[in-house]
Amino acid sequence: MAILQTRNITKSFGDIVANKGINLKIEEGSVHAILGENGAGKSTLMKIIYGLYQADKGEIIFKGDPINFKGPQDAINNGVGMVHQHFMLIPAMSVTENIILGYEPENIIYNKANAEKEVEEIIDNYNFNIDPSAIVKDLSVGLQQRVEILKVFYRDVDLMILDEPTAVLTPQETNSLFNIINKLKKEGMTIIFISHKLDEVLSISDKITVLRKGKKEATVETKNTDKQKLANLMVGREVVLQVSKNPQKFGEDKLIVNNLSYINDNGIRKIKDFDFSIKSGEIFGLAGVDGNGQNELVECLTGLLSPDKGEIFLDQKNITNAGTREKHKEGISYIPQDRQKKGLLLEFSLVVNSVLKSYHEAPFSKMGILNFDEMYNYTKKKIEEFDVSPNNPDIKAKNLSGGNQQKIILAREIGRMPEVLIAVQPTRGLDVGAIEFIREQLLKLRDEGKAILLVSLELDEIMAMADRVGVIYSGELMGVLNESEINREKIGLMMLGQNGHGTSLGRGGLHDV
Amino acid sequence: MVMVLLLEEEDFMMFKYKFKTLLVPISSIIIALIIGGFLMLFTGNNPIEVYKVMIFGAVGSIPNLANTLANAIPLILSGVGVAIAFNSGLFNIGAEGQYMIGALVGAWAGYSIQGLPWVIHIPLVLLLSMIAGGLWGGIVPGLAKAFTGAHEVITTMMMSYIAIFLTHFLLRGGPMQASGYVPQSPKIESSSILPILLEKTQLSAGIFIAIIVPIICYFFIYKTKWGLNMRIVGKSIETAEYIGISVPKTIVASLGLSGAFAGLAGAVQVLGIQHRMVDSFSSGYGYTAIVVAMLARNNPIGVIFAALIFAILNTGSQFVQINLGVSAQIADIISGIIIFFIAVEKIIKIVYKYYNRSQTENRGVIS
Repeated sequence: MAILQTRNITKSFGDIVANKGINLKIEEGSVHAILGENGAGKSTLMKIIYGLYQADKGEIIFKGDPINFKGPQDAINNGVGMVHQHFMLIPAMSVTENIILGYEPENIIYNKANAEKEVEEIIDNYNFNIDPSAIVKDLSVGLQQRVEILKVFYRDVDLMILDEPTAVLTPQETNSLFNIINKLKKEGMTIIFISHKLDEVLSISDKITVLRKGKKEATVETKNTDKQKLANLMVGREVVLQVSKNPQKFGEDKLIVNNLSYINDNGIRKIKDFDFSIKSGEIFGLAGVDGNGQNELVECLTGLLSPDKGEIFLDQKNITNAGTREKHKEGISYIPQDRQKKGLLLEFSLVVNSVLKSYHEAPFSKMGILNFDEMYNYTKKKIEEFDVSPNNPDIKAKNLSGGNQQKIILAREIGRMPEVLIAVQPTRGLDVGAIEFIREQLLKLRDEGKAILLVSLELDEIMAMADRVGVIYSGELMGVLNESEINREKIGLMMLGQNGHGTSLGRGGLHDV
Repeated sequence: MVMVLLLEEEDFMMFKYKFKTLLVPISSIIIALIIGGFLMLFTGNNPIEVYKVMIFGAVGSIPNLANTLANAIPLILSGVGVAIAFNSGLFNIGAEGQYMIGALVGAWAGYSIQGLPWVIHIPLVLLLSMIAGGLWGGIVPGLAKAFTGAHEVITTMMMSYIAIFLTHFLLRGGPMQASGYVPQSPKIESSSILPILLEKTQLSAGIFIAIIVPIICYFFIYKTKWGLNMRIVGKSIETAEYIGISVPKTIVASLGLSGAFAGLAGAVQVLGIQHRMVDSFSSGYGYTAIVVAMLARNNPIGVIFAALIFAILNTGSQFVQINLGVSAQIADIISGIIIFFIAVEKIIKIVYKYYNRSQTENRGVIS
């Protein structure tokens, strides 16, 4: 029996149609995946169901009755809960407090002991494996997500929406999430699982609905489909899933990092004795859970931070203490993670954005006076070379799609032939076409004998692209795997602070091994 | 043929773009004038009559026009100053104090440096007052902001009060008071006086400075790499750091220039009109300059026009007071309403959007 049905849901924001006539049927007690690229309308549809948005047209039927939730509170009271991609927890409060917040068991006086007991029962029953009195900020991301799920579960819902739940998890954490989902399913819970990752959707769901450009492409039984079929549905054309890499042609070490340490303003050591090198013609992947020092390492390499100890060499030249513009001049390019806040000036034209790193020098400025014709012609050329659309140099960066914004950054950073490219999450949030283009560009650069540091939180990306993989945990390099040794399980363990051989490491222990 | 068409389309887009930037300022002025008109109606005056007299009083005769232009000079110069800081995302609210310091130093250098020919004396006085204004409004708050994070709104305002009370201290029986009982400085040397262009009006050669400065600043902000540095810092400090701009240096430079032009405004006023420093609590120019810069959307050329509008309101309303007995405060009310609508520019954008939509819907019904 269908617990939830949507009929002809349509929603537009200004001129953009986010959902167009979507019909959905979710069976009770099933795991139903919603698959689609970024911007396909998955989140909008879920927010309409959850009452965060109102649909322009169409109706929602829940347990046989037409409903129109006025907001999350209303949805929860009627039995629909949602776990958001970005956690909505209070870091300074305990697990129990976060879970019961707003739904405290007694009326006026809050009985901490009773509440904790109640929460503990649920935890034990469903093997959530978490301490109810722990403070949320001390928990790992995977455990925090469990708190989010518990929070929804505690509100006694029948339908749970999980929005991109694996985006921040390690492979091991993803596995335990799937165990929890299966357990909830056995208890009769219906789960809507939103994702753009094909493997995950295939392994957890009963049915899959694919959205593309705001419309429903198809709903399929998971057992009757495969990765290639789903990818084609999702993108709307034949997709090449495998990255084709030319065999490696390693050269000399291009970038050498010796014993690098960085202590931040609060006196916390964010990078500890970091040692690695990248050869010319190599993509070095740096994997790790977010916030383990990747940012600080990259900023030390690009001159935004100055390291407290250690050295950085580029082609035998010591560039440790060079500033940002100097390092750029030496040949270090940098694609930052946040393209909208950092990599681009959204309110400025593509002309300014294309020459952000070089407008202060000839030929773009002479005696301090900017040469706009020179800048314009250069931009026009680069826009064509990197296939940016629309190809008008005068439009503002904010008017480009995410993929085209990234292309502008790419044109700026690799359009001038760097020696080393540091790319942080270069394909995050992009559609398949743009991802293909960007990966091709990185591989082209690699084949030209440049060194590339690819920092990514997505293992799939690292495994597809990297020639060697290093794993960072709590500011330390846990180990480096050669291409033949790269495997998901191993990297996952190292991301949790163990070395590649499965033995747990103490802090700073790697260099004694 | 195709080229021609394309060009025309681009021109049209450019026009549309320009229109959109001007939409909020112009609508604000019109709405403010209408509300001001209702106010006059309620107080028993004929608004059309009042506005007619106001316009005549401001621009209706050569002497009136000259006085309006004279009134615009300090607004233009200090408005340009505020606009420069705005371009770097900094809110220099202390232009009034920088203006006072500029006037103070201008008067002092005007009467105490003697025996110089005017070609040296005038530029020297202006330069000194710019340095003083720059130090006062820019360098001190700028350094505080860059290195301790102290907010420039607070520091520039506090520095402004210090400047105002320093003026009282120096002029009321202090070292700068001229002999006699009036709290004012001695008269400046004739070699430092900016000549009056039209007799029996206040229009001095300062008007040339007020035309040249915005043009130079426009060029600086939009056509040089230093100006671009500032505008990038104004839009995103994160991006500025990412591309290697020194954010502290840019902040100090930007507030410094901002204060320098506010200081210049004070000196030009002393050299052109007052010819001495007179003790008063507030010139008002430094505060109006903030509104002028906002109305001009921080464009130095736009500042000229925005300043003229406020100058017209000012001189015009004084004329109205003398001739019709309607209080000149009406000008303050109208400028207050303009400020309000500029500050909540969203209102105008929302109304405009709603109007656009209803237009398209109506058209849809007809066709």
